[in-house]
Amino acid sequence: MDAPMAREVMEYDVVVVGAGPAGLSSAIRLKQLADAAGRELSVCVVEKGSEVGAHILSGAVIEPRALNELLPDWKERGAPLNTPVTEDRFLLLSKHGARKLPTPPQMHNEGNYIVSLGNFCRWLGEQAEALGVEIYPGFAAAEVLFDDLGAVRGIATGDMGLNRDGTPGPNHERGIELHARQTVFSEGCRGSLSKAVMARFDLRHNADPQTYGLGIKELWEIDPAVHERGLTVHTVGWPLASDTYGGSFLYHLEDNLVSIGFVVGLDYSNPHLSPYEEFQRFKTHSEIRRYLEGGRRISYGARALSEGGFQSLPKLSFPGGVLVGDTAGFLNVPKIKGTHMAMKSGMEAADAIFDHLADVPDGSGEVTGYAERLRASWLWDELYQVRNIRPSFRWGLWGGIAYSAIDTYVLRGRAPWTLKNHADHTQLKPASACAPIDYPKPDGKLSFDRLSSVFISATNHAEEQPCHLQLKDSAAPIQINLATYNAPETRYCPAGVYELVEADDGPRMQINAQNCLHCKTCDIKDPTQNINWVTPEGGGGPNYPNM
Amino acid sequence: MKILVPVKRVVDYNVKVRVKADQSGVELANVKMAMNPFDEIAIEEAVRMKEAGVASEVVAVSCGVAQCQETLRTAMAIGADRGILVSTDAELQPLAVAKLLKALCDKESPDLIILGKQAIDDDANQTGQMLAALMNLPQATFASKVTVAEGKVSVMREIDGGLETISMHMPAVITTDLRLNEPRYATLPNIMKAKKKPLETVTPDALGVDVAARLTTVKVLEPAGRSAGVMVADVAQLVDKLKNEAKVI
Repeated sequence: MDAPMAREVMEYDVVVVGAGPAGLSSAIRLKQLADAAGRELSVCVVEKGSEVGAHILSGAVIEPRALNELLPDWKERGAPLNTPVTEDRFLLLSKHGARKLPTPPQMHNEGNYIVSLGNFCRWLGEQAEALGVEIYPGFAAAEVLFDDLGAVRGIATGDMGLNRDGTPGPNHERGIELHARQTVFSEGCRGSLSKAVMARFDLRHNADPQTYGLGIKELWEIDPAVHERGLTVHTVGWPLASDTYGGSFLYHLEDNLVSIGFVVGLDYSNPHLSPYEEFQRFKTHSEIRRYLEGGRRISYGARALSEGGFQSLPKLSFPGGVLVGDTAGFLNVPKIKGTHMAMKSGMEAADAIFDHLADVPDGSGEVTGYAERLRASWLWDELYQVRNIRPSFRWGLWGGIAYSAIDTYVLRGRAPWTLKNHADHTQLKPASACAPIDYPKPDGKLSFDRLSSVFISATNHAEEQPCHLQLKDSAAPIQINLATYNAPETRYCPAGVYELVEADDGPRMQINAQNCLHCKTCDIKDPTQNINWVTPEGGGGPNYPNM
Repeated sequence: MKILVPVKRVVDYNVKVRVKADQSGVELANVKMAMNPFDEIAIEEAVRMKEAGVASEVVAVSCGVAQCQETLRTAMAIGADRGILVSTDAELQPLAVAKLLKALCDKESPDLIILGKQAIDDDANQTGQMLAALMNLPQATFASKVTVAEGKVSVMREIDGGLETISMHMPAVITTDLRLNEPRYATLPNIMKAKKKPLETVTPDALGVDVAARLTTVKVLEPAGRSAGVMVADVAQLVDKLKNEAKVI
């Protein structure tokens, strides 16, 4: 193959990878600080989605604590926080019944808002641009760049218009190198560049493995008669077996919209389990269907989230860059919230970077002040206190609830021990050792098949491009995944990307990469870590409205 | 030679459109918008003509809400030299747009006006033809090849069952079909440069055009859902169903 063409280079003080709440908060805070100090500071944000918010998916109920600190006048600026939470309901479902449970203190939502996180990010993006941040949606950061000393010196955006075999097509455009004095990685859960950076700098050396959940969400427009704006309902129990961690959310937004979703811990052990099918049958429960019947489904999407908490946090800085938001693992699982932490971590990183750039003339080196600042902030205490809740669910739903009650009410988060996390991909048992699960057929009213769901996520990828789901060993899907685990990727993928097809010489794993929702579950759960998710051509992936 | 290219801001082609609950139109709140794909082809063609030395200036025009500026910036990132926004919050129908474009053409005197053959939102396929009629200019619709030589423009048109090549005097109106070209990717440096290119804003009033709607939308409906198929036992039953149930034979 010919040597690739040289790339154009653009220089910035700070480059931010990903226009989510963490990255945008970082960019906003940097510009605020520069303005206040009367200093020039160039900040560039790249976003792989076709627009800011296109790839953002969350419940979401957000706690405005970090927002109050970042933009205290957010109300006047028209932030789309339109629906204060008015009531919290926490239900334990059985197949035919539902029992009200006392709402744990972390799940009280007074003062919080039900939002579309995508719309919130669109608004944050406007605030950032008004401050002079350059945001480039439709450009995927595909590669981390290093200088001669091995420090991160920025990122390169992916080539556009490549053929399937990686050769340049007729409209080929080479990617661009964005050089920065510091690079902020805010890619969201399991960022592909963060993964490379963590390996390169051994950032997980003293951390437990990160653990994850897969959240699948739908947006519904429901019958106004059963809509209760401001109501949040959370459930645990049915349809999941008690040894599987997970639960649901149902939030009543404005305009008769309801956001409904289901999260399954990716440490589940039964390879027959399908998070997608669990969500679909969950909606048929009498306590849930009463809201949805007569309504219509508007949108669908899925995204993995970090559940490892405090003990799974990697080292947060390295020469030339920092990790912020959910790619670092800032999510409070018992609170079921990460946005306030993502924003806070982004803001603390911005403060530390700004000081560093003032102290070190060329801005190189490591911003160690970031982790120090975080340790002194409310974020650290909050995450530390709840560190044992999620791991205690390894003892099943009842064990977890019992332990969590003691940890929360008696020990108040000050237990002298810290429970360990274990990597999700090691948790699957052989298919032969687990009971198959018989999922009901979709009824087309409340429950749907996977492809009609993917259709309304508005996901798309340019057809002729290299597959962005790379297999290290092309034989593993059949020889290991199918033989031992009955091809779990055909079930855990919420977009039907992995499809087992019968060929003349036996079964073959077909990868329908065009369907991909960028949830990252396959990169996480594949039992031999054989799947590597890399960024496809910029602008590809879902186009979520109001998610 | 100057080329004027009108571009429309429409719902992105990847988005599955949804009818509003009150059936008054299509839901646009927080929906991803983009340049009409046929207009992208029009811009690409004009920019290629400029790159080939045939044209000297490419002017992009958009009519509508303030956010149409983004569409104009995209056009300028592809290579248009400047943009003109006719800013209005009014609902614009093809005739109103054609009149606005005529007013601008009277000011700008372009030699060619290249438009998308239709917009993917209303599928009207009218603006180019109306503009040609209002200006009394020759027109070539559904272009799949455009060549300028010796003061004339020759256009290969996609017509039923084949291709037709016509030659026109300029100024002239051309509308693009899908196969005319494949638009380039806007690169990051070009997107940056586009931010600095001149963008002028005018109003319909300043152009002396009444944009009031002439048509009223009565109702917008989604296509009826398809019912599930059934398995038939044999050919006889199939014929019977086609004849008596579907009534197609």
